[in-house]
Amino acid sequence: MAALGSPLRTLRGLLRELRHASAQAGRPYRDTPAYQHVISAFRAHRVTSEKFCRAQQELHFQAATYLCLLRSVREHLALHQEYHGKGERSPEEVAGLVGFRLPQQPGGKGWDS
Amino acid sequence: QNVSISQGEGGFEINLDHRKLKTPQAKLFTVPSEALAIAVATEWDSQKDTIKFYTMHLTTLCNTALDNPTQRNKVQLICAAVKFLETDTVCYRVEEPAALAELQKNEWDPIIAWAEKRYNVAIGSSTSITGPNIPASTKDTFISHLASYNMWALQGIEYVITQLKSLILSMGLIDRHITVEKAVLLSRLEEEYQIQRWGSVEWAHNYDLCELRARAAAGTLFVHLCSESSTVKHKLLQD
Repeated sequence: MAALGSPLRTLRGLLRELRHASAQAGRPYRDTPAYQHVISAFRAHRVTSEKFCRAQQELHFQAATYLCLLRSVREHLALHQEYHGKGERSPEEVAGLVGFRLPQQPGGKGWDS
Repeated sequence: QNVSISQGEGGFEINLDHRKLKTPQAKLFTVPSEALAIAVATEWDSQKDTIKFYTMHLTTLCNTALDNPTQRNKVQLICAAVKFLETDTVCYRVEEPAALAELQKNEWDPIIAWAEKRYNVAIGSSTSITGPNIPASTKDTFISHLASYNMWALQGIEYVITQLKSLILSMGLIDRHITVEKAVLLSRLEEEYQIQRWGSVEWAHNYDLCELRARAAAGTLFVHLCSESSTVKHKLLQD
């Protein structure tokens, strides 16, 4: 089984990411289906006292994977907007500044479509 | 916009305001697992003024499973997946620089050993340009193992393999032997080595790292959510 660390830490991280995600929607994050699903899943699996319960480990792995997904998407988007989004000068302007002409890209860059 | 989930005949559906979500080929968007539907709904919920499809990996995976744009059947998907073993990243070794060769040995040998033991096969590694010589029996073992997954899960598995460029790392993820972060690290071992030596360029390195992590995580989660016997509706996944 993968080295996952403490389930509590994963849960906290996951809830934090869900809070970020629903801050966009403007809805309190406790109302979202995702939050409720995560909370009830963790609660349901807390009942067993067996340390190496397989279902527990599977759930933890799933939670950690979902946490990785949410976090990576958020970080990727932040990087995209910082470096590939609209800067203060467009690439065309910058090229014009130094006297270049940009090549034509008829299809666009394919990021925001 | 308002995102909600409802349960239809074929599975769980996503409602955007009052419209039902459809796939690119205009089929009704239904998923077999409630947890998957919730995760997809969360992706839609996270969109602000513009819809950034490149951040919606689970939605994209579901669309691929529903539309099957490459028109491949189960056998073709499995063959494509197993074929990757011939060019598996962790089997392809350099001879120099020595430090990188050493790193590959220390990081990749254990995962190959795990796979060989877990699946009772011989894989090995190679420094030759043609790559490792994978015995037919090894391929057969993986073929029959993958056949036990349903079509949806297989789409996910093939996706992860293509992203990580490694069947072995993907199986490590599917079998919960390594985390996504670790799998991505192992997949990008050479890049990480270069970054250690020459420094990291945030807009390129971190960008690629985050994107690969997101895709691998989405693929893995997708496979697991589509394989859960408690939530999957078997009659849906007969193709």
